[in-house]
Amino acid sequence: MRLYAYYPGCSLESLAQGYNLSTIEVAGALGLELNEIKDWNCCGATAYFPVDELLAHTLVARNLALAEKDGMSDFVAPCSACYKNAYFTNKYLRQDHDLAEHINYALEADHLHVDGSLQVRHLIEVFLQDVGLEAIRRQVSRPLKGLKVAPYYGCQLLRPRKDHEDTEDPRFFEDLLSAIGAEPVPYASKTRCCGGSLIVTNRKAALDMVRILLEDAAAHHADVIATVCPMCNVNLEVYQSQVNREFGTEFSVPVMYFTQLMGVAFGLRQDRLGIGKEMVSGTPLLAFAEASK
Amino acid sequence: MSSVPTFKDEITNLMYATHGKPISDCLQCGTCSGTCPAVEFMDHTPRLIIGMIGAGLKDEVLESNTFWSCASCYHCSVRCPAGIDIADMMYALKRYSMWKDRHQEGLIGPAFSQTFVKMIVGSGRSFEPALAPTYLFKYGPRGLVQEAQIATGLVLKGRMPLLPTKIKGLKGFQNIVRRIIPIGDPS
Repeated sequence: MRLYAYYPGCSLESLAQGYNLSTIEVAGALGLELNEIKDWNCCGATAYFPVDELLAHTLVARNLALAEKDGMSDFVAPCSACYKNAYFTNKYLRQDHDLAEHINYALEADHLHVDGSLQVRHLIEVFLQDVGLEAIRRQVSRPLKGLKVAPYYGCQLLRPRKDHEDTEDPRFFEDLLSAIGAEPVPYASKTRCCGGSLIVTNRKAALDMVRILLEDAAAHHADVIATVCPMCNVNLEVYQSQVNREFGTEFSVPVMYFTQLMGVAFGLRQDRLGIGKEMVSGTPLLAFAEASK
Repeated sequence: MSSVPTFKDEITNLMYATHGKPISDCLQCGTCSGTCPAVEFMDHTPRLIIGMIGAGLKDEVLESNTFWSCASCYHCSVRCPAGIDIADMMYALKRYSMWKDRHQEGLIGPAFSQTFVKMIVGSGRSFEPALAPTYLFKYGPRGLVQEAQIATGLVLKGRMPLLPTKIKGLKGFQNIVRRIIPIGDPS
């Protein structure tokens, strides 16, 4: 079993419980042990940085320090916003000694220290790099044959650029969906923003951004949109009814976490994957899975 | 020699040193504006805002809703041919505007960010209902009804907790915060 420091983030305890449940189930099936960081705090999403940059990095660093204290080497987040925040704070801790000194001065007040020694990873990255497509394929007992899935990458998984990844036309999500037997649909807006926290601070703009994504996925006959981030999922799923009201559209596009689709393909029980908590009723996924048994 | 920094210097200084190039490298090519998914909701396009900063139009920039309309999607940042982290510049403008307490009337963003930080400092965790007062009253009656419907649906599905969570080590956590921003003495 490979061990990971697991940072679920606030959304996975409330709005995105299905993501948390399915992450734990699927990681277990793939032989990964997720060790939840004890007493972690909110990473700040996009709301700390407009107030104070040092505070933002320090609060993220507390979580990194807790994982380092546990002797972990990998920090895994399923939420793209948590991932992006942890990734960059960790990177700057290594690059900028002055920043590291300031952060450690603050952390000392709670007897903590951070080195920036972790590898910060997104969950999908761990599945693809540490487990690999071949091993994922071997777990599939009910391939999602004929299920058209729109892979939605969103923003912060890819941007800002972490390494040399392709931010214009990434393909790894499609590869993962193919590995579980589903049919990824090509659509241009797969990396276009869902609006993020504008859903609160500028509702009109965010609803329009969600509309564009739904339109594109629907135009490509997607049965379901798969997401890698709780923020994207909430905007696309929970606010779909508001998009319909605002624009007079009639979208009814199910939105699910990629881990839920993996879980179904692995033959795991849907209730244990948190399926059934959606506001837009999910595609009868089991029917696809059953038919292909 | 004058040592008074220009508005452009101030904003450049606010952009964290390790992030990319300064805004003086801007070519005014407009790739950011063409890329931005929220541009049609902005008073000024990102390209124009950079030009306005360069021209020292501080009042006009602070009055603009542009940076408060940025969703932090970083599409402009990865495409900028001059390597400027434009999304980060939007954060710098937000901080500047918060510190000077100068922003366009009626925006939700500033109050939302402030309330969010207060909530985290008070509990260590995010709790959506605690943020509601910063925006609900701006939605009007129709918006309120829609919001209530969504919240009720989420509660029924067990996706919206009714009580906030607190981290266990809150005291130590607040001691950390206290070394960065003034939040008062421990009670």
